[in-house]
Amino acid sequence: MELSIIFLPLIASIISGFFGRYIGDRNSEIVTSALVSISSLLSIYVLYQVIVNQYEENIVIATWISSGSLDVNWSMLIDPLSAVMLVVVTSVSALVHIYSIGYMSHDPHKPRFMAYLSLFTFAMLMLVTSDNFIQLFFGWEGVGLCSYFLIGFWFKKESANAAAIKAFVVNRVGDFGFALGIFLVFYLFGTVNYDEVFQQIPTVVDKNLSFLGFEVKAIDLVCLLLFIGAMGKSAQILLHTWLPDAMEGPTPVSALIHAATMVTAGVFLVVRCSPIYEFSPVILNLITVVGMTTAFFAATVALVQTDIKKIIAYSTCSQLGYMFFAAGVGAYNVAMFHLFTHAFFKALLFLGSGSVIHAFKDEQNINNMGGVWRKLPYTYALMIIGTLALTGFPFLSGFYSKDAIIEFAYLKGNTTGYYAAGIGIVTAFLTSVYSWRLIFKTFHGEYNNKEVKIEETHESPLVMLVPLFLLSIGAIFAGVLFKDLFIGHGGENYFWSESIKFLEPLSTDHPPTWFLLLTPSLVILSIPIAYYLFVKNKELPNEIASMNKPLYNFLVNKWYFDELYEVIFIKSLKKLGTFLWKVCDGTIIDGFGPDGISSFIKKCSIKANKFQSGFIYQYAFVMLLGFSALLTFLIVK
Amino acid sequence: MSFPILSSLILLPTIGALFLFFTKDKDGNNSTAKYVALFTSIVNFLISIYLWIYFDQSVSNFQFVEDRTWIEGFINYKVGVDGISILFIILTTFITPLCIISVNNSVKNRLRDFLIAILIMESFMIGVFCALDLVVFYLFFEAGLIPMFLIIGIWGGPKRVYSAFKFFLYTLLGSVLMLVAIISIYWISGTTDVVKLYEIGIDAKYQNLLWLAFFSSFAVKTPMWPVHTWLPDAHVEAPTAGSVLLAAILLKMAGYGFIRFSLGLFPVASEVFTPLIYTLSVIAIIFTSLIALMQEDMKKLIAYSSVAHMGFVTLGIFTLQQQGIEGSIIQMISHGLVSAALFLCVGVVYDRMHSRMINSYGGIVAIIPKYSILFMLFTLAALGLPGTSGFIGEFLILMGAFKDNFLVAVLASLGVILGAAYMLWLYKRVIFGKLVNEDLKQMLDLNKSEYLILTCLAIPTLFFGFYPDPLINTIEVSVSDLINMHNINLASK
Repeated sequence: MELSIIFLPLIASIISGFFGRYIGDRNSEIVTSALVSISSLLSIYVLYQVIVNQYEENIVIATWISSGSLDVNWSMLIDPLSAVMLVVVTSVSALVHIYSIGYMSHDPHKPRFMAYLSLFTFAMLMLVTSDNFIQLFFGWEGVGLCSYFLIGFWFKKESANAAAIKAFVVNRVGDFGFALGIFLVFYLFGTVNYDEVFQQIPTVVDKNLSFLGFEVKAIDLVCLLLFIGAMGKSAQILLHTWLPDAMEGPTPVSALIHAATMVTAGVFLVVRCSPIYEFSPVILNLITVVGMTTAFFAATVALVQTDIKKIIAYSTCSQLGYMFFAAGVGAYNVAMFHLFTHAFFKALLFLGSGSVIHAFKDEQNINNMGGVWRKLPYTYALMIIGTLALTGFPFLSGFYSKDAIIEFAYLKGNTTGYYAAGIGIVTAFLTSVYSWRLIFKTFHGEYNNKEVKIEETHESPLVMLVPLFLLSIGAIFAGVLFKDLFIGHGGENYFWSESIKFLEPLSTDHPPTWFLLLTPSLVILSIPIAYYLFVKNKELPNEIASMNKPLYNFLVNKWYFDELYEVIFIKSLKKLGTFLWKVCDGTIIDGFGPDGISSFIKKCSIKANKFQSGFIYQYAFVMLLGFSALLTFLIVK
Repeated sequence: MSFPILSSLILLPTIGALFLFFTKDKDGNNSTAKYVALFTSIVNFLISIYLWIYFDQSVSNFQFVEDRTWIEGFINYKVGVDGISILFIILTTFITPLCIISVNNSVKNRLRDFLIAILIMESFMIGVFCALDLVVFYLFFEAGLIPMFLIIGIWGGPKRVYSAFKFFLYTLLGSVLMLVAIISIYWISGTTDVVKLYEIGIDAKYQNLLWLAFFSSFAVKTPMWPVHTWLPDAHVEAPTAGSVLLAAILLKMAGYGFIRFSLGLFPVASEVFTPLIYTLSVIAIIFTSLIALMQEDMKKLIAYSSVAHMGFVTLGIFTLQQQGIEGSIIQMISHGLVSAALFLCVGVVYDRMHSRMINSYGGIVAIIPKYSILFMLFTLAALGLPGTSGFIGEFLILMGAFKDNFLVAVLASLGVILGAAYMLWLYKRVIFGKLVNEDLKQMLDLNKSEYLILTCLAIPTLFFGFYPDPLINTIEVSVSDLINMHNINLASK
């Protein structure tokens, strides 16, 4: 039964991908949605078993690679951590499948789209249920591949193709670190299976390695390399540039892959490896710093973007930053909790924005929207729920998870902890402002679209609204219902059992009351501020922007990361490539090698030809010269 | 002595070729000639599968050995297979029939002679992979040049003569030194029998020079940087079937040679020159990947990517780790399948549009969907995506390299990023985007034979990606024995 959770999506993908043409669009939609839905029901059942009966199992499916001392299996590991991920992945995926039936209704390539979605689900499940690093890597690359396919789904769009390649290649940069991390794990432990690696950790804690001339602690290096992989997949600062561009893909894709599931794989990796990370405080601090920088950076950029999907993409980037700094301060379970709640409200926001885009006939710029909340009442209401949950409005899901992150950062009690908590609070405020900006500009104010008349905008069909509605239930209640289970103080790491490891139990203290009240009050306060700025006094934001032109440009251009990379990597590598080709291979190697030698020989033979001129007096002269030279030599001797 | 199965493998294609040579078609369209060639090569493939089934994987000895006196007291005709060579033999017998099926699309004139060249070539290749005497090996190794030279020189593109000579001179130059080395081995050890040489070993003081002589030949054939520049030219000018044979099999002779002779006969020197190999491999991986990025000719791009992939192979072999060497062998098999398929993919569009330039294509996914899917699969295999055979090879090599030398593994891993970049960029420019040229609309999707060939290559690419056990089990014992022998030799010297 457990295996069918993984393989039903694969079967769905094969049916839709290879036989979609024969069974028709509608049937492939039904088949894929049904199979993935069954898989999600089974996952919920498995999670229930894990919660109630502490069910854990490692099912070995087949051997994959066994070379020398390396033994890798295809396997399905069920423990609390993977059970939670199973539920997140399959349930969001099932809802996105259903939603896509409505959203993609005008697209000519429906079976292909559904096949990619199901294939993605399969790869993601392989990733989360792996019991070793290499199957994890398989899923890791598999989701990257599906993401590549889906971002470039509209293959005629030049920008979509470019974004797809960018996503894949930037991820490969992360994978470069990740793969080296796996090699190092194998080097240190002689195995890549989690349980064997985790058992041996105490034996390598004090081991040092000399790496590229530096003397480093082996365990720090493992953690760092694995984290580089996580940064790529989870779009953390420096390797984040692909995520906003990935919004070129259809919106359901953004909801599933670039919000709820794939991008959280990096967080999952760090949490899965908590037994290793616990021994590397240096890298944990680094993770905190990277996480909070990303959270802050992405929030500032989101403030000024005008593309509805890019705003949410930066918001995702920012929330992933929160998850990382939760993991960085050692609160892995809180990171997982935020991952869990985030999946619901962010998928809700993305699918809601898809509904808006659908209503405006593929318009994505929020400056060309506005004033339609009466026309799209359900979408409006559901988006508000999503926004409240995201901003951490009291008693919705984001409130429990995000505030918990900030609390644990504070309770960490060291400089990084306080610093992270501070940035976390500021970012929470920014998050709230840009989220409400999105809502107000999209739904309130005057109607600004010139292409589509307001009468033509319409509410989405039921097949799109029902998934939204289900997600909104998750966005409201996921926090309050699962709070005790995921981050409960009482039972000391009870639910997670062995899957998350803490060297020292998390602090059970409570931060001061003023601190607890700070974030929620800022979040509530931001609503009227945003309302004033973006509905009442619309000139003010423009004035602020024109007063701080350099800062504004800096934010609009996303801190100039893309431009910087273009110069540093893309242009210079292309130049280097051309140089190596034309100059090294062409002029030097061929010039001195085969071409040079052959022309040299040709020249020599032309010279040699001249000796045979056929004139007797020339030959006689040379003979005379030779004879006299010989004679001289003999006489002198 | 039991039935000489290896000799029949070697001889059968030659017999087919002779048959073609002495017969004539009545109608003159050479269709019977093609069936004869196809039949011969398929029978050969079946024999090699039989060989694989009856091969005992649990021992490292050479099996199916035949030993006949050729020149009394000097050269014996000795052939045999172990786990390593058997895979290359199967690769050869598997690729050849596919080449023969593919020719009717690309070769227009003198088809009969072309088929003869391919069959003769198959004989020589199989000979290379099962020769157990240095002289026999040398003869097969060099003889393989001739049909390839003819294939490029007669059926090639406009610059075929330049390319053919460049190919010939480069490879010959390296080989001359190898011949000298083989002769000196005979004077030093009194035999050219590989098995005996394994036992008695070669005096350490001669090893460095001998290693270098063999290296000069293998490095050209691999090809390693900086003696790789013949490969792009040869590929560009060669007809599709020629490119396939060249990439899939001819390049593997050198990798095989490194394992069988450089490691096996000269353990001390191999240890000494490992840094050299590492340096050249890493340069090959990074430099040629960057060059591949900038190519405008599809065949040149794939040719340069071959150099990068073979860089991984040489790197893996000299790690002297179980994972590294096994990875190299799997990478060679995988590259044999994938590069063959990629060259065939280029051939498919070339036959229709007569252009190899990337910019004359674009936006053809909707016009030729079947082709696009298969081309995508091979693109992914070439960039080493998990689930394809390319991943297993590359990953094992890097794993082995990491055990031996951090820096080399780190640098080589950079090639993995670049590999993704140039392959995906190639695919995007050819297949996706807006339709650049109205003529492209007339393109037909894969015909039956093309579909058959590419599917035949796709199946093992995927199968061994998910389940490489049949490959690994075949080589496991031979490789571990090779490493043990190497270590013992090293310790005793």
